[in-house]
Amino acid sequence: MIRRAFVAAFVALLAACATPHGPVSRDRVILLSSSDGTTGAVDVQQGSHTAVLDGAYASASAGSDGALQVHRADPAATLEQFAAAIASLPPAPAMFTVYFVFGQDELIEESRKAIAQMLQDVARRPVPEITVIGHADQVGAERINDALSQRRAERVKEMLVQRGVPAERITIVGRGAREPLVRSADGVAEARNRRAEINIR
Amino acid sequence: MPQRLTFLFFIAFFVTAASAASAAEIGRIKSTRGDAHIQRDGQRVSAALDTAVRATDTVVTGVDGAVGITFIDNSRVSSGPNSVLVLNRYSFDQGTHAGTFDATLTRGTLAVVSGRMAKQSPEAMTVRTPTMVLGVRGTEFLVYAE
Repeated sequence: MIRRAFVAAFVALLAACATPHGPVSRDRVILLSSSDGTTGAVDVQQGSHTAVLDGAYASASAGSDGALQVHRADPAATLEQFAAAIASLPPAPAMFTVYFVFGQDELIEESRKAIAQMLQDVARRPVPEITVIGHADQVGAERINDALSQRRAERVKEMLVQRGVPAERITIVGRGAREPLVRSADGVAEARNRRAEINIR
Repeated sequence: MPQRLTFLFFIAFFVTAASAASAAEIGRIKSTRGDAHIQRDGQRVSAALDTAVRATDTVVTGVDGAVGITFIDNSRVSSGPNSVLVLNRYSFDQGTHAGTFDATLTRGTLAVVSGRMAKQSPEAMTVRTPTMVLGVRGTEFLVYAE
């Protein structure tokens, strides 16, 4: 039994050696245009061959001689082949920034309507995760800013929970003045740094 | 004998450190369909909605299966039927947006939308098939592996 398996394996090995280039792989990659209309790029490397894909439906796969070939894939056939994967792609994460009154965890007037937008976004997702990162400007001691940024994040969480978002879906963190949106000298009150960044995915 | 104990202690330490690193949550399952599971440390974990994904998980789908994952850097991937996606390495710093994403589609179909780390650094994200290595520069793309 074992001997027969060994012979079969040996025969398979001989067959593989007899093929000039070995079997050609049918692996392939196809670039899409993003929902924002831009197309990025993908660097493809296959053995010693390289190619860059940089237009919608640009595709790379191995040709019959084993060398990498770039061509334009048929959109309809591509969308059909990848239909199940594309349909299962999770919704794009959303990002919001809200701003606070100097030295407080109170939202400025213009930022209050963002809370309603966040709630709408959360409601559209079957299993939402919300991350709130609080920040402070560069006025005041590090210890005070750390606490303030934490309170700001907590405040956003509170507002969402009060309006029905389950608390366990929200993660908060305070980063003090360590990650300013706008660089300012130490001690300068920069309104754009008194913020919380909300990522909903 | 004491030397051997020290050696064993070091081995235990590194094994513990390594498993702690791979146990961190790097994403969540946001959509799932049909026959789908995660292969984790030799165990089979159901790929149910909202399941946390870890850095060395393998995502497997059957003939009618599909799974969509959103990672903590906002990258998204989804695999179609009869697919095997091996997550090799993942790290992401929420502050600097620096990170590493390295995954291999062993078989099947995959859709990828890159996230924050690829925006921060073009070298951060790599997707492989058994024959290809794909470097990702901020984009959406599809991969098929035989």
